[in-house]
Amino acid sequence: METPLTGNIRPDREPPSLKEYEKSGGYRALARVVSGLAPAEVTAIVKDSTLMGRGGAGFPTGLKWSFVPMGVDAPPGPRYLVANADEMEPGTFKDRVLMEGDPHQLVEGMIISAYAIQATTAFIFLRADYDLAEKRLKRAVAEAYEAGYLGKNIMRSAYSLEMYVHVSAGRYICGEETALLNSLEGKRAIPRARPPFPQVSGLFGKPTVVDNVETLCNVPHILANGAEWYKSLSLTAIGGTKMYGVSGRVNRPGWWELPMGTTVREIVEVHAGGMRPGYALRGLLPGGASTDFLVEQHLDTPMDFTSIPKVGSRMGTGTMIILDGKTCPVAFVLNLLKFFAHESCGWCTPCREGLPWVARIVKAIEEGQGEARDLSVLEEHCVALAPGRTFCALAPGAVEPLQSALKYFREDFERHIKERGCPWRAA
Amino acid sequence: MLSDTERQEIDSEIRHAPAKSAVAIDALKIVQRERGWISGDAIKDIARHLEMTPDELDGVATFYNRIFRKPVGRHVIEVCDSISCWVMGSDSIKDILARRLGVGEGGTTPDGRFTLLPVDCLGACHRAPAAVVDGELHGELDEAKLDEMLGELRAKEP
Amino acid sequence: MPLEGRVTTIYIDNLPYGVKDGQNLLQASLTLGFNLPYFCWHPALHSVGACRQCAVKVFKDESDTRGRLAMGCMTPATEGTRLSIEDPEAKAFRAGVIEWLMLNHPHDCPICDEGGECHLQDMTVMSGHNYRRSRFRKRTHLNQNLGPFLNHEMNRCIQCYRCVRFYRDYSGGRDFNVFASHDSVYFGRYEDGALESPFSGNLVEVCPTGVFTDKPFKEHPTRKWDLQTAPSVCTGCSLGCNIIVAERYGEVRRVLNRYNADVNRYFLCDRGRYGFDFVNSQRRLRLPLVDGRELVPEGSATQALSATEGGSPRPAPASSEAKGAVVRRAVARARDILHGSRRAIGIGSPRASVESNYALRSLVGPDNFCDGMTSGEHRLVGMMKDIVASGPVRSLSLAEVERADVVLVLGEDVVNTAPLLDLALRQAVRTRPEAVAEQLLRIPLWDDRAKREATQGKQGPLFVATPYPVSIDDIAVKSYRLSPDDIARLAQAVAYAIDPEGIAPLVGAADPLHVVAETIGGSLGLAARPLVIAGASLGSEAILRAAANVATALAKAGKKDAGLFLVAPEANSMGSALLGGMSLDEALEAVRTGGADTVVVVENDLTSRLKEASFRALFDSTKHSIVLDFFRNRTTELAEIVLPVATFAESSGTFVNNEGRAQRFFEVVNPDEIVSASWKWLGLLSGRGTGEEIAWDTLDDIIARISEDLPALAAIGSAAPGARDVPQVHRVPRDSHRVSGRTANVASLTVHEPPPPRDLDTPLSYSMEGSPRGRIPSSLIARIWAPRWNSVQALTRFQEEVGGPLKGGDPGALLFGPASDRTRAYFDGVPEAFAPDPRRPLAVAIRHVFGSEPLSALSRSVSERIPSRYVGITPDAARSLAVADGERVEVTVRDLRMELPVRIMAGLAEGLCALPEGLPDMPYVGLPAPAGILKRTAP
Ligand SMILES: Cc1cc2nc3c(=O)[nH]c(=O)nc-3n(C[C@H](O)[C@H](O)[C@H](O)COP(=O)(O)O)c2cc1C
Ligand code: SF4
Ligand code: FES
Repeated sequence: METPLTGNIRPDREPPSLKEYEKSGGYRALARVVSGLAPAEVTAIVKDSTLMGRGGAGFPTGLKWSFVPMGVDAPPGPRYLVANADEMEPGTFKDRVLMEGDPHQLVEGMIISAYAIQATTAFIFLRADYDLAEKRLKRAVAEAYEAGYLGKNIMRSAYSLEMYVHVSAGRYICGEETALLNSLEGKRAIPRARPPFPQVSGLFGKPTVVDNVETLCNVPHILANGAEWYKSLSLTAIGGTKMYGVSGRVNRPGWWELPMGTTVREIVEVHAGGMRPGYALRGLLPGGASTDFLVEQHLDTPMDFTSIPKVGSRMGTGTMIILDGKTCPVAFVLNLLKFFAHESCGWCTPCREGLPWVARIVKAIEEGQGEARDLSVLEEHCVALAPGRTFCALAPGAVEPLQSALKYFREDFERHIKERGCPWRAA
Repeated sequence: MLSDTERQEIDSEIRHAPAKSAVAIDALKIVQRERGWISGDAIKDIARHLEMTPDELDGVATFYNRIFRKPVGRHVIEVCDSISCWVMGSDSIKDILARRLGVGEGGTTPDGRFTLLPVDCLGACHRAPAAVVDGELHGELDEAKLDEMLGELRAKEP
Repeated sequence: MPLEGRVTTIYIDNLPYGVKDGQNLLQASLTLGFNLPYFCWHPALHSVGACRQCAVKVFKDESDTRGRLAMGCMTPATEGTRLSIEDPEAKAFRAGVIEWLMLNHPHDCPICDEGGECHLQDMTVMSGHNYRRSRFRKRTHLNQNLGPFLNHEMNRCIQCYRCVRFYRDYSGGRDFNVFASHDSVYFGRYEDGALESPFSGNLVEVCPTGVFTDKPFKEHPTRKWDLQTAPSVCTGCSLGCNIIVAERYGEVRRVLNRYNADVNRYFLCDRGRYGFDFVNSQRRLRLPLVDGRELVPEGSATQALSATEGGSPRPAPASSEAKGAVVRRAVARARDILHGSRRAIGIGSPRASVESNYALRSLVGPDNFCDGMTSGEHRLVGMMKDIVASGPVRSLSLAEVERADVVLVLGEDVVNTAPLLDLALRQAVRTRPEAVAEQLLRIPLWDDRAKREATQGKQGPLFVATPYPVSIDDIAVKSYRLSPDDIARLAQAVAYAIDPEGIAPLVGAADPLHVVAETIGGSLGLAARPLVIAGASLGSEAILRAAANVATALAKAGKKDAGLFLVAPEANSMGSALLGGMSLDEALEAVRTGGADTVVVVENDLTSRLKEASFRALFDSTKHSIVLDFFRNRTTELAEIVLPVATFAESSGTFVNNEGRAQRFFEVVNPDEIVSASWKWLGLLSGRGTGEEIAWDTLDDIIARISEDLPALAAIGSAAPGARDVPQVHRVPRDSHRVSGRTANVASLTVHEPPPPRDLDTPLSYSMEGSPRGRIPSSLIARIWAPRWNSVQALTRFQEEVGGPLKGGDPGALLFGPASDRTRAYFDGVPEAFAPDPRRPLAVAIRHVFGSEPLSALSRSVSERIPSRYVGITPDAARSLAVADGERVEVTVRDLRMELPVRIMAGLAEGLCALPEGLPDMPYVGLPAPAGILKRTAP
C-alpha cells in the first residue's frame, strides 16, 4: 500500500531535513515543473488527477485553480496562494501531523501550486497553538529559500515566489477561506460574500487560491508520478489516499494514510483497533465536529466524498470522533454547540443569535431543565441555519451533529426532559 | 512605548505587507509574546506605530481569542475542552488543575504564576485529553502526569 | 457595459414588474412598494447581507416549485428573476430572524426614545413575530458617554453593523468600531469620549433601533407623533441641506434629515443637526426694546421673562390686544424715526432670507441698501455669483459632487466651511475604483463589502491645495500646503497646463508650481467628470478667479461634464449677491460722509464683521438706529429700537444656496404675535403713509413682489408652492395624524382646546387635518412616515425609486440657466509669488465646524465642542520664537492685539500663521493680514 503523504513521517522524531527530504525524492517534482511545464499544464494534470480539496468541502482543486484569471485576463499586481493550516475543527488532527512530520512536503506542494496560478506570494496560515509546526515550517521555509526553491528565480527559472508563515491569533472562523483572507489582511475574520470568489478578488483584492494543507501535500506526488498513478491509489473514482483519523474510546486512537474509499468499519475496527473493552459504539462523526452522526448501520460505507453524503453525512476532514455508549449524547452535542456558538464571528443573525440559543436549550435539557417544546425549537433551528440562510457555512455545519442526534438519539433527549436530569450523570 | 525589539520585529513584518495595518495581528502577537498580554497602553502604542487608531486596533484585538486583553500568569496552562478531549475526560483534568492551583477556569494564581485557560481543539485528539503549557503540547493526561508537569514548572521557578 | 440603466422584468409572487437592471431584489421590491423587511441594508450604505432579514424565495424558472431562500439585498435583479415575498418558508424565516434579534433586545420600548419611530418595531410587526419563546437571561452591555450629541444604549443593539459602516466606511471616522465577536459584539469607542466625526449625529437615523439616540432631544423626550414638524433648510452653511424641524410647546426639539436627491440626500452634519438650539437661546428677544426698555404687553408685566425650564425666557401670556398694542407702539416709533430721517441706510444680512433682505431693500430703497457683508466678502460673493451665473461651467449639486471622478480643491477646508462637502468628496473618491471593480470583477455597485474588499480603500484622484492640513488630506492623492496667493498661482498653472494656448504661464515659466500643475492638469484632463472646488474662506479673489479659469479651460477642452463647486460664506450669501447692494464699508462711508442719519440693521451682529472702532463709529455717527434681531447682542445693545424677529424656525422664506438653488423653509413654531419675521416687521414699517396700511401681508405677496422686481430672483416662487396655490383642505399638516390630541399641543400653557393658529403664509397648517400623504408636493414633506413604516426608513415610500428623486421631483429651484448659454472668457490677474516674511507671517483664517458659525455656536450641545481661540504657527516659527504648544504669545494683526495660546501646526505653509475665525471668543480681525507674533515675557 502506497503512502505518499506520510512516507517520510517518523512520529516522535525530528522531521526530514532538506537533505533528507531531497534524498527521498523531494523537490524533484518542482524541478520538473519549473523547468518544463507551463502553468496551465500543471493545472491540467491536477485536474486530471481528480484531486479534491481536503479542507472539508471536497471541491476539485484543479478546477478551483482554473478560475484564476491568467494571461490577458489577469489583473496587474500580485496574486496569492494560501495554505489553509488553520485546522481548528474539533476532532481534526491530520494537518498537524503533515506539517510537523514533513514540512518540506507542504512547502514543495505550495511552490508548485503557486506556480500553477503564477502566484507571487504564498502564505501558510497556521493556527495558534501549533508551536511545533510553526517552528518546523519556518525552518523548512528558510531552508527552501537557502536552496533556491523559494525567492527570486526559483531553481534558475523565470519564476519567483515569496513565502511566509503567518500564525493566527485564534478563532475557528479563520479556517473559512474568506474570513481567513480578512484575517491575513490584519482585520477581523469575518467571511466574505461570494461572488466575487477569492480566485478573482481575494487577498488584498487580488486573485487568490486557498487550499488545505493536505490538499497541497498531494500536489508534489501528483506532479512527480502523474495523474493516472494518483487515481490508482484510490478505491473510488476520486483519486488519491486520504488522511483518516479516529479519536475517542477506541483501542488505538490515531491517524492513517489509507486509500480513498476505505470503509468506516475498516478504519475503526482494523486501524483503530475497535472499541475499548466495556465501551460500545453508539455513533460517530465521520469528519470532524461539523458533520452528521453516522451509526452502526453505516459502518460499511466507504469514507469518501460521494459515499458518505449518500448516508446523510459528509466526509469533512476524514477524522472521526467516536460517541461511545457510556457518554451522554446530549452532553456530547452540547460540547459541540458551545464551541460553535462561541466561535460565531458575530456577523450574521442566525448564527450569532441562533447558535447560543440552541446551545442554551441543549444545556438546559442536559441539566434537567428541558421542556417538551424545546425539541421543536431545536428542530426549527436545524432548518433555519441551513446553507444559504446564514452568511457562511459555520452555522450549517454546527447544526449537522444536532440534527442527526435528534434523529438517532432522540430518546436520549426525551429521557433527559422526562426524567429532569441526565441519566448518564445519575448512573 | 514599544521596546526596540518589538519595534524591529513589527517593522520587519511591515516590510512585506501592502499596508501597515495589515500586520495588526502579527504586531499584537509580537508584543504579547514579550509582555504576556496586551494592555490598553500597548494597544495605543502599537496603534500609533501602525498609523491606526486604538479603536481600529482594538476592534481587531478583541476579535481574536488568543490575544489576551487581560493579564495572564507567567505560565499559561491551556486545557483542551473540545469534543475528543471532553469524551476522554478533560472535565476532570480541569478540575484537578483547578484544585491544585486554587483558581477557576480563566483564573490566575495570586502569585501571578499560573493562568488556567480552556482552549479549543488542539488537534491532538488521538492523544486526548491534551493541554498546552507554555507552548508545549502534553497528551494522554492523567492526574500523575499533571502533578509531574506542575512540579517541573514550579521547579523552573522556585 | 454599465450594469444599471436598462429595464428588466422580474416576477414577484408570479406577477411581472419592470425594474432597473442591476439592482438587487430588496431595492427593487421596495421601489415597487412591497413591504420587505431589512436591517443591515441602507439605501446609501447598500448591501452586506449580515442581518438575513430580507430573505425571499428565489426560483430558478417557472417550473421550479421548491425554490431556495436567498437574501433580497444580495441577489441581483436580472431578466426573468422569479421571487416570492409571500412564500410561507420565507415568511417563517423572516419571523425567525426577528425572534433571534429579540432574544437579547431589552423590549424597553416604553422608555426608549426610539419608540414610535423605531425600524426594529416596524420590522417586528411586519415580520409577524409575536411571542417570546426563549426563557434565558439576556446579555447586557455597559454604555459609553459619547459626548454631547449621542446617547448610547448598547443593550438595544441588533448588530446590523450599520453604525460602523456609516461612521467608518462611509464618513471616514476612525474613533469608533465594532469590538469582540460572536453574540457579544460591541459597537462604540475604544474608551468613553465625544465622537470626533462631525457626522456622528447621523447615527440617530442610521441606527434602526434605540442604540444611538439624539442626546439633546432626550432632555425633553417626545414621541414622533407629538412633534409638530415642518420642512426647512439648514442655516449652518451655504450648502442649504434640507431638514425637518420638530417643535413642541413652542421650542424646537430636534432636527432630522430631509431627503433631497440633489442636495444632502440621506445625511446632515452635526452643526446642522444640533445647531438649531440657538432658537431656544436664553438670549432670545421676545419683546421690542425702545431706548433699551422692553415694551411689555399690558397684563403680563409682573411675569415678564419668566423662563420655561431650561429654555428661553418668554413673556407671560397676554391678550392679543395687549400684544397688538405693543407691536403698534414699536412700529409707530420706528416709523417716526424713518419719516424724520434724511437718509436711512439698511444693512441686511447674508444669513437672512431673500424676503427679509428684499423687504429692507424696499424699505430704504435700492441705493441705500447694504447687503451686510464686509467689502471683501461682498466682492468675493459677487464674484462667485458671476462665475456661477456667467461661466461656461455649471455649479454642481452635492449629489453631483459624489459622482465626480477627479477633484481639485483650492483653499477650502471643506469640513469646516461646508461640512457635507467633505462627506460628498469621500464618496467621490470611491467612484473611479468602484467603477473599475464593477467592470473588471462584475461587482455590482450595491455589493458594498465586495466593492471595498476589491478596491482595498483605493481612492480616485483628489488634489488638495490649502494653507494648512485639512480633513480630506486622508483621501487626497496629494496635498499641497501653500499660501493663498500661491494656491491661486497653482490653479492658474493648472489652467495653463490644460489650455496652454489660451492661458499664459506664470511669470517665470520655470516656476516649480508648473511641475505640480502638470500632474494635476493631466489628471483633470483624463477625467470624465472633473470638479474644481474653491470658496471664500481665505478671502482670496485670486483663488476664485484662477479656479474659474481651470473650469473654463476644462470646458474649452471639451469636458461637458466638468463642474465647479464654490463654497459661499453663509446660508443666503448667494441670495444676497443676487439682490445687489453696497458693502458694509460703503455703508459706513454713507453714514460718515453721505448724509445718512439712520441705520436699520437686520439680523446682523455687526461686531462679527466690523472692527470695534468702526462699529462704535457707526453708531456714534448715526442719529437713529433700528435693529431687528433674534438675540440680545452688542448691536442690539446700541440700538434705539430693537424689534424681536423670528428665526428660521418661526418664520418662512427662501435661501439661495451656493449652487444657486432657491429653497424654501417653513415655520414650525407658531410665532407669538410679537416676534415675527424680519420681512413682516419691515412690511409694517414700509407703509409710507400715516395709517396702518402695510406693504405686503403674506409670504405669497412679498415673493410676488420680488419676482416682479428682480428678474434674477424671479424663479424663487417655484421653490415651493405658495399658500395660495394649495386649497385649505389640502394644506400639509404640521401635526401627525396620531398626535395625542389638540389639547396636548399647548398643554404647557393651557389644557383647553384653543383654535389652531392660522397660517396665511404657507401651504402648511397647524393641525392634523390636511392633504393625504400621497398628495404632498416634495418641497412640503413635513415628516417621513408611511403606513407600517414609522421610522425614517419610510423614505423609500416618498421616492420614485430607492435612492432616486422624490416623487414629483426634488424640491428647490435653480436660479442659473444652463452653462451652454454662457461665454465668459478667462479672468486676468495672477498674484505674484508669495514671499514669506518670517518676522511678519501672513495670518490666514482657519475655521471650526463647531464655533465658526455664530448661530449654531449658541446651541448648548454644540457649544461643548467649540475650541477656544489660539494662534496656529509653523514648527519653524515655534522654534525661532522658542515657544511650546499651548504657551501664550502676543499677536498683533492690523491694530488688534491679542494674547493667544500657540498651536504648533505641522504642515502649515511657510510664512503663514492661522487665526480661527468666528469663534465666540475671537474678535473680528479681517483676514488675511500680516501679523506680528511675540513671545510673551514673563509678567
Ligand atoms: C467555519 C469553517 C471553518 C473551516 N476551517 C477550515 C480549516 O481549518 N482548514 C481548512 O483547510 N479548511 C477549512 N474550511 C474550509 C475552507 O473554507 C476552504 O473550503 C478550504 O480551505 C479549501 O481548501 P480545499 O479546497 O483544499 O479543501 C472551513 C470552512 C468553514 C465554513
Ligand atoms: S448599534 Fe445600532 S446600527 Fe450598530 S449594529 Fe447595533 S443596532 Fe445596528
Ligand atoms: S438587509 Fe439583506 S441581509 Fe440585511
